[in-house]
Amino acid sequence: MNAPLRPAQAADTFPKLLLDHARVRPYETCMREKDLGIWQAWTWAQVADEVRAFALGLTTLGFARGENLAIIGDNRPQLYWAMASAQCLGGVPVPLYQDAVAEEMIYILADADVRVAVVEDQEQVDKLLEIKGRLPRLEYIIYEDPRGMRHYKQNFLHRYGELQERGRSLHRDFPAMFDAEVAQGQDSDVAIMLYTSGTTGKPKGVCHTHRALIVAARGGCEFDRLGPSDEILSYLPMAWVGDNLFSYAEALVAGFTINCPESGDTVMTDMREIGPTFYFAPPRVFENLLTQLTIRMEDASRIKRWLFKYFLAVARRCGAEILDRRPGVRTKDRLLYALGHLLVYAPLRNVLGMSRIRVAYTAGAAIGPDLFRFYRSIGINLKQLYGSTETCAYVCLQPDGQIKLDSVGLPAPGVEVKIGENGEVLVKSLAMLREYYKRPDATAEVFDEHGYFRTGDAGFFDPDGHLKIIDRAKDVGRLVSGAVFAPNYIENKLKFFPYVKEAVAFGHDRDMVCAFINIDLGAVGNWAERRGIAYSGYTDLAAKPEVYQLIQECVEQINAELAADPMVADSQVHRFLVLHKELDPDDDELTRTRKVRRGFIAEKYAVLVDALYGGKESCFIETEVKFEDGRKGNIRADVKIRDAKVFPAPQPKSATQQMRKEAAHA
Amino acid sequence: MSLPAASARIGETMLSVESISLAFGGVKALTEVTFDVREGEIRAIIGPNGAGKSSMLNVINGVYHPQQGTVRFKGEARRKVDPHQAAAQGIARTFQNIALFKGMTVLDNIMTGRSLKMRATLLEQAIYLGRNRREELEHRAKVEEIIDFLQIEHVRKTPVGRLPYGLQKRVELARALAAEPVLLLLDEPMAGMNVEEKQDMCRFILDVNDEFGTTIVLIEHDMGVVMDISDRIVVLDYGCKIADGYPAEVRSNQAVIDAYLGVAH
Repeated sequence: MNAPLRPAQAADTFPKLLLDHARVRPYETCMREKDLGIWQAWTWAQVADEVRAFALGLTTLGFARGENLAIIGDNRPQLYWAMASAQCLGGVPVPLYQDAVAEEMIYILADADVRVAVVEDQEQVDKLLEIKGRLPRLEYIIYEDPRGMRHYKQNFLHRYGELQERGRSLHRDFPAMFDAEVAQGQDSDVAIMLYTSGTTGKPKGVCHTHRALIVAARGGCEFDRLGPSDEILSYLPMAWVGDNLFSYAEALVAGFTINCPESGDTVMTDMREIGPTFYFAPPRVFENLLTQLTIRMEDASRIKRWLFKYFLAVARRCGAEILDRRPGVRTKDRLLYALGHLLVYAPLRNVLGMSRIRVAYTAGAAIGPDLFRFYRSIGINLKQLYGSTETCAYVCLQPDGQIKLDSVGLPAPGVEVKIGENGEVLVKSLAMLREYYKRPDATAEVFDEHGYFRTGDAGFFDPDGHLKIIDRAKDVGRLVSGAVFAPNYIENKLKFFPYVKEAVAFGHDRDMVCAFINIDLGAVGNWAERRGIAYSGYTDLAAKPEVYQLIQECVEQINAELAADPMVADSQVHRFLVLHKELDPDDDELTRTRKVRRGFIAEKYAVLVDALYGGKESCFIETEVKFEDGRKGNIRADVKIRDAKVFPAPQPKSATQQMRKEAAHA
Repeated sequence: MSLPAASARIGETMLSVESISLAFGGVKALTEVTFDVREGEIRAIIGPNGAGKSSMLNVINGVYHPQQGTVRFKGEARRKVDPHQAAAQGIARTFQNIALFKGMTVLDNIMTGRSLKMRATLLEQAIYLGRNRREELEHRAKVEEIIDFLQIEHVRKTPVGRLPYGLQKRVELARALAAEPVLLLLDEPMAGMNVEEKQDMCRFILDVNDEFGTTIVLIEHDMGVVMDISDRIVVLDYGCKIADGYPAEVRSNQAVIDAYLGVAH
C-alpha cells in the first residue's frame, strides 16, 4: 500500500506542495492528458516548470497578489497549471462551469472583479467576447487551444504558450523572482473561490483558504490511505468543489497522478485505459453504466446470460459481506464467489474500467439501494460522502467495512457535527469557508453563535453514530406528537421501488403520515401485462385492486424499514392512495427539474387529503388537466384509499447516541 | 457566411473547366459547361435533380471522360486522367452515398486515406519494419490531427457501420482530408442530416477551408447552406450552365428561380 504522507510543516500552501513534490520526486508522473490519441505525461518537475512559466507570464499582465483569475474550460492540465499559477502569485483562481452560457457568466465575472481570464478554446473566447462590452474590468483573455483563433486580432487576446514564453524569459533574467513570490504565500491566504449554484438567489463566491483545503485533503487521503501510487480520472467540472478537492488538493497533498480525458465523450474509453484507483461519480453516472451493461448483456449468448444471472445472484447474497470482511459467510458461498470473480465480476469490472478501483465515492443525490448494492457486490468499494461547497465537500465519509446504504457515514476526522434544535445538521471544522466573497451579511448568516456552519440539511445520527440526511431543513415538519417528519426522506424511499414514479407525503401538524402515490406506467404496465391484467390507460390501471395490492406491499416494506429506526419510526405511512393522474410539470404539480411541489399539490387535491385523514374508504374527484397542445380536459375518478400496516417502534437508544457525540468531539 | 478576409484568402485560378460536354449514348449529361475554381475558395454547384452535378464532379476527378472540352488543373490541360492520377495530384472527394468500409474502424478508414502517401513496400508493411514503422507513426499522427479537428475521438475505435449517418459523413470527410488534398470535392455532404448535424458540417467545411487552405467544390441541395458558406456558385440545369456568380447574384437570377420552381421547358 501507499507510503505515509509527507509531513506538512514546511509546505502549507499548494504552490509549496507542488515545488516540494518536484524536488523530492521530480521524475514521477504528475499529470496525464490524452491528446492526439496518446496519453501525454508530465512529471512533477515538468509541471513545476510549466506553472512557473505561466505564473511569471501572468505577472507581465500586471496580475497581482489578491487578484482573481477566472478559469473556464474542460479539465485540461494547462488549466490546472493556471490555478496553481494564480496561487503562486498570491492570487485566487475562480473556476467557472464551462457549459454555462455567456449570460450566466456575466454575474460571476463581474462579482469577482475578474481582470484576467484563462479559457480553453475558441468556444469560450467567443462567449467572453460576446459579453466583454458589459464587463468593463475584464482586460485580458488567455486561450489554450489556438485552433480557429487565427483571425482573432484583438490585442487583449493572448495565447497560453505565448504568455509562458514571456514567463520563461523573465525567469532567465530574474531567477529568484518566482521562488520569492511563492515564499510570500501563507496558509491563511484564500486559495480558491468557488461559486455556489445559486438555486436560491444569486450565486455566492465561497472563499477557501489553503489551510482549509489542505486539512480536508489530508483528512481524506489519510482516511482512505491515498498515496503517490494512486490514479484519478479528472472529468467532473473544475468549478465543482469535488473536483477541486479530489483532483487538485488531494493530488497535491498525496502526490497521486491526475488524468485528463480526451473529451467529454471519451470518458468511458479513457477510464478503461487508465484504470483509476480512486473514482468519484454522481449516482446518475453509476446508473447509466448499469443500464448500458444490462442492455449489452441482453444481447449476449445464452451461456453468458446464464452465468451473469447466476453469479450476480451469488454476489447479491454474499458479495457485499465479503467486501466488508464480515464474518458469517458460508464456505460454499465463498467458493462460488471466488469462481464468480474469475468468470464474471473481474471481466465486468474490466469493462467498466474499474478493475483497479480501491475507493469510489458517490454523492450529490440519493442513490438507489439496488444500484449501490450491485457495485458493492461485484467488489467495487463504492462509498458515500457528505459535504458541500462551503465545507470543502468534507463532512462525513463512510469508513471501509461500515457501509450503510441510507447513511452518509461517520463525521470525517477533525470534523465536528451536531444536530441543531430544528434537526438541522451543524458543522464545525477547519475545512470550512472563510467567507462569502464581498458578502459579510451572508457569511454571518450561515454561522450560528457558536461558530457552527448551518448546512441547511436536516438529518440525525443513527444508533451507530452514522449521519443520515433526510431532507432540506426548511421542508422538515413535525407531527402532532412532536416527532420529526421529513417528507423527502419518505418519498425517496418509496421512489426507489421501480413501480413508484412519484410520491407525496403529508404529515406536518397532523397525527399521522399519509401519502399520494403515482405509479410508473411503464413498470406497472409491464407487471400487469405479465399477469394478464387488462387496463385501458393510466387512470384505469391506477385503480386496479391488484395494483393497490402491489403498492401496499411497497408501502408496508418501507414502513418496516422506518420502524427499525427510532428517529423516523413515527413517520410510517398509515394511509395511502394511488393518484388517478400522473403528476406533471405542465399542470404545475412538479417543477421543471421534476421535484414535487408539495404545497401546491396539497391545495389542489385538498379533497383527497381530507379523505385520507377523514378515514374515508374512497373519494370522488374531478381534475382539470392541460394537454400538450394546450387543450384542457377533465379526469374523473373514484380514488380508493387504503390503510397500510404499521409496525411498533423500538425503544430509542439514547446511550448510543451519547457515545456517538463523544466520538465526534474526540 | 463569407469571412471578411475572403478576398485575401482567394488566389489565382486553380481549376478551369472549359466547354465540357459529356454524353452517355443519346443522353446528354453535360453540355458546353465552362467555369473556374480559384485557389482557396468554396465553390458550390447547384441544380435540380439530374442536372449533371455529380457528373461534373466525376469529370473533375477523372471517373468520366468528357467527349468534348478540357479540364485544366493548375494551368495544365489534362488528357484522360483516371481517378488514381487525380488523387495523386491532390484531388480528394466524398460521395453522395457514403462509401466507407463498414466493417473497419473509424481510425482504419481514415488511415486508408493515407495510402497514396505510403512509400514502404508491401513486404516492409507486412513485417512492420524499416521505414514502414516510421511511416506508420507519421501517418497515424496526421490522422489523429484530423480526428481531433473533426471531433470524432469518441468513435475512433468503433466500426463505421455502427455509427449514425451524420457521423459516417464526417468520417468520410476525415478520410478525404487524410490525403491532404489541395482540391476537395464534396458530393452532397449534408444530404439526409438534421439541422444540428448540418450546422456542425458547415462549421467543419468552413474550418477546413480556413485552417488548411483547402479549395472546396461542393454539391448541395440545401439553399440556405449553399448561400451561407460558398464564395461563388455555378447553377446547372439539364446539363447546361444557367448561372454563375456570387450568392447574391445567383439568388436573384430569373433563370435560376425558374429552374427551381419548374417552368415548362
